[in-house]
Amino acid sequence: MSTRSTVGAAILAGAVTAALASFAAAGPLTEAEGKAAMAAGKEKCYGIALAGQNDCAAGPGTTCQGSSTVDFQGNAWKFAAGGTCASIKVPGDRSGSPEPLTRDVPA
Amino acid sequence: MNELAIHRAARSLAASRFPAHPVAGLAGTSLKHQHLASILADDTQRGFFEVHAENYMGAGGPAHDALTRIRRDYPVSLHGVCMSIGGPQPLDKTHLGRFKALVDRYEPALVSEHLAWSTHNTTYFNDLLPLPYTPATLARVAAHIDEVQESIGRPILLENPSTYVVFPESTMSETEFIRALAQRTGCGLLLDVNNVFVSATNHGYSALAYLADFPLDHVGEIHLAGHATQADDEGDLLLIDSHDGPVANAVWILFENVIGRCGPIPTLVEWDSAIPDWPILKAEAIAAQAILDRHAQGSMSGRANAAR
Amino acid sequence: MQPVDHKIHHLGSRLDYAAGFTPALLDPERPPPAIVAGPNGKAAGKRYNVYRNNVTVSLINALAAAFPATQRITGVDFFRAMARFHARATPPTSPLLFEYGHGFPAFIERYEYAKPMPWLADVARIERAWLDAYHAADEAALAPEALALIPPENLVDTIFTPHPATRIVRSRFPAVSIFAANRKEGPESPVEATAPEDALVTRPGLEVAVRHLPPGGAVFLLRLIAGETLGAAAAAAFSDYPQFDLSASIAGMIGAGAFTAARQGD
Repeated sequence: MSTRSTVGAAILAGAVTAALASFAAAGPLTEAEGKAAMAAGKEKCYGIALAGQNDCAAGPGTTCQGSSTVDFQGNAWKFAAGGTCASIKVPGDRSGSPEPLTRDVPA
Repeated sequence: MNELAIHRAARSLAASRFPAHPVAGLAGTSLKHQHLASILADDTQRGFFEVHAENYMGAGGPAHDALTRIRRDYPVSLHGVCMSIGGPQPLDKTHLGRFKALVDRYEPALVSEHLAWSTHNTTYFNDLLPLPYTPATLARVAAHIDEVQESIGRPILLENPSTYVVFPESTMSETEFIRALAQRTGCGLLLDVNNVFVSATNHGYSALAYLADFPLDHVGEIHLAGHATQADDEGDLLLIDSHDGPVANAVWILFENVIGRCGPIPTLVEWDSAIPDWPILKAEAIAAQAILDRHAQGSMSGRANAAR
Repeated sequence: MQPVDHKIHHLGSRLDYAAGFTPALLDPERPPPAIVAGPNGKAAGKRYNVYRNNVTVSLINALAAAFPATQRITGVDFFRAMARFHARATPPTSPLLFEYGHGFPAFIERYEYAKPMPWLADVARIERAWLDAYHAADEAALAPEALALIPPENLVDTIFTPHPATRIVRSRFPAVSIFAANRKEGPESPVEATAPEDALVTRPGLEVAVRHLPPGGAVFLLRLIAGETLGAAAAAAFSDYPQFDLSASIAGMIGAGAFTAARQGD
């Protein structure tokens, strides 16, 4: 970096002291508190580990067996998403205006 | 004393991290993480568990934690899926190193791999693909088995495949090929009875004749599983080795036939898709255990297997 | 006895069966390879299709297992079509399937039919980071007490060692909220959010945690992960976001278990 900026020792010492004090004063939220805060839409940055990840799913595993479901051709597809995407309203969402589709596979 | 025996003697002197838990005469099941809580809560459980080695090749995390907990209480069978022993290209040394590390870490009662391949060049196809049975492929596969056994310091059990096509260039039958591999490499065999039934149906030969020709004295483990049905181009029955349901009656009959001849051999029920609740899978293992126990008075000595 | 046809012998194909067998596996338009057949003069078509199907379906299933929220958002049909394109174009190069799908978020970004969901790729990035963290090495996280032992005058030059599980995912969209709403069982929860959201993924013990970082937090942590000093990382965060809350971020990163050790830099 050309401008090797840093933050002064006093500011850092104060920040670390405050951070450590927050551990002593208020322990991490319990699971119930975390869920309640999320449900109320008051999700606090950093403080809450998001619910729903605590399962035993190890992700994909190997197979040593064949598939009884036949699904290998599939050049027919659904371009309209059919999951929960309709309930997601965020900027950049262009779901209301599907554009003419000219290609099968993205470049 | 050959090199493998020396390796084993050296290992037995080293401190073990886990109890030995002999696997002889036991039935077991695939270990599925959704069953973990039920298994750990069930202290009446007798048997062993088999895992796919590759799923435990991550650095850490819940997978290793689960396997460690199971290994403390039960014999574990380490079943490799992706070594590509049956492929023409050299074995992946990195992968072999990972496999050896798992064998060293978990001291499994049984170690097995497949007579199949799944990697070509650098692409991994995640399926057990077939090979022609010729003198050239025999030499290559035997060299691969030697390499694995030397690396891990113990014999492996090699599993017979389910197949759907034939290679017209094959000059040996599958049983002839497998017998030659066992003789050349000293490996044991994992007899998958469902695979025998699936392949026999798919290729129009007799499963009993296949078993009569199979070198049963080398078998150290048996697999049982469910299969699904499709049709080939001629509209004839084509069985798929799908592991997504209970063991078929015909397979139970073949299994009892084998155990009647060989005595009890560690037997695993595989169930890998549409996985049921634990009691249903456990019931399959109990059924296998009953057959093993019924023949427990048979000959137990002189079995060639890779059990520790 | 198994029938073996001794009459046919293809010269020159002794050990090239993998090269012959594989090209049609991921391409349903190709005929089955000439080196295989059905038994007793039967056709190879539907028989070879079993292998094609096993390969394709198992790879789609692997992506579905790694990206469950992505699949929930798009629905199963859409997801499987998208995953099929990706598996054909980019099959795995490692037999460790939990490593598969690192290229999937970038594929989603380019995928024509996913363009109306420009945030979908970032949700997939969080899911891929989640799986990285799940299988990462086990290490104890840096305890608050260890931080307390550092002399105040040394804090400026302190360097932190990232935990092997720690990942940062930055998004121009509310990706963390969308991820959280869809990475769970139960009823659909509508998402209405406007702000960009950065994620911190950690696994200090056995449970993966995904946290939404406050403004400036991602810059701060990325600098620390890159090995910059606490002083330099804090300066970068203030430069990114002047109201950056330094003490909250330090408390957050320790609470999340993002680092394993602290040492004095040069």
